[in-house]
Amino acid sequence: MSTFKPRDWGSHAPFIAPGYKSTILRGPTRAPLAIKSGLTEGAGPRFAPASVRKLDFDLTKNGITNGEPLGERIVVHGKVMDTDGRPQPDILVEVWQANAAGRYVHKVDQHDAPLDPNFRGSGRCMTDANGNYVFYTIKPGAYPWGNHFNAWRPNHIHLSLFGPGFATRLVTQMYFPGDPLLELDPIFLGTEDAAARERLISKFSIEKTEEGFALGYQFDIVLRGRNATPMEN
Amino acid sequence: MAYGETPSQTVGPYFAYGLTAGQYAYDFTDIADTTIAGPDAEGEHIRIIGRVLDGNGDVVNDAMIEIWQADANGTYTENPVDVASSDFRGLGRCGTGTDAQNRFYFDTVKPGVVADGTAPFVNVIVFMRGMLVHAFTRFYFDDEAELNAKDDILQSVPADRRDTLIAKRVETRTGVEYRIDIHMQGDAETVFFDV
Repeated sequence: MSTFKPRDWGSHAPFIAPGYKSTILRGPTRAPLAIKSGLTEGAGPRFAPASVRKLDFDLTKNGITNGEPLGERIVVHGKVMDTDGRPQPDILVEVWQANAAGRYVHKVDQHDAPLDPNFRGSGRCMTDANGNYVFYTIKPGAYPWGNHFNAWRPNHIHLSLFGPGFATRLVTQMYFPGDPLLELDPIFLGTEDAAARERLISKFSIEKTEEGFALGYQFDIVLRGRNATPMEN
Repeated sequence: MAYGETPSQTVGPYFAYGLTAGQYAYDFTDIADTTIAGPDAEGEHIRIIGRVLDGNGDVVNDAMIEIWQADANGTYTENPVDVASSDFRGLGRCGTGTDAQNRFYFDTVKPGVVADGTAPFVNVIVFMRGMLVHAFTRFYFDDEAELNAKDDILQSVPADRRDTLIAKRVETRTGVEYRIDIHMQGDAETVFFDV
């Protein structure tokens, strides 16, 4: 087993990004202490294919109570790879999002937009042998939040991945191309490097679009790569 | 490096019906929950419990904590088949929004030593609204003073901050608890690691 390359902090936001106000009291103030990646960091949970049920990858169907969910059907394709371009097979991808009206099922969400009785907004899928994943959903709506006057979150889908080890854990958000709210969003802008931010925006794909059914988007995800030399212990 | 890493983004306030559905009573399955070791798992059964505090000392009620640990023999159980046969999952996940005191809690077994010259510990990841990047830390155990004193990583932490990583053993009516709070900021700021 080889160890993972250090997290590339240039690709990530700082712990405290003052434009996103909640970071001010919640982000650690001291630099994290570097520790050498070893057995512990190289290990990580694996998930059996059975942990993904038949409809888990189809959010347009897994929350139905009495009809079809409202909104624009989309299909999201992506490849999970590491920074060396190696595809990552058998990786669990968990997703959750607001409905087409910009409302979350979560009980704490008080936004005055309707819930959809046929859309829960959570699911999961696994990457195949080539690192590819796919899920179907409804394009999420924008919604207001309390960060500053007239603050609106751009359309986004939350994704959570373990990767091949605990060290490669990643929680991120996928955005949509051409969204005018992106340049106003402190969460998106929390990543200071503009080129890194672009990696959070999915690409519209007419090839992945399904005739008469759903618009296609491509969202590739890049996790930390492995060191060339094996670890000592 | 051929490709740049995908940036981390916050879990936000509304993760529960996706990541911790069972704990929060949403109609969806979980891939991990507050049980790291089931009743049949080998080892000393313990509960790890604590709070997450922000820079004002206020308890955070929308954090999500994940633990990844070795079993009682010091082995990481990665294979789902081994998990099923041992009743030891290794992975736990808990949101701080359901306990009356907004604590995280995990039912598990005390981990064994993973390698010579190290102390037993669990790996911890902290996520919450207000964190664009998750933070890694570790929980060690206060009744392992001898091994703690030899653990390279624990000893690499400045002495005056080492206590932030050490859970305190308490015998309760219902069993053994190890208690530890995670301080995001302040004098007692938890030591986080660049893993």
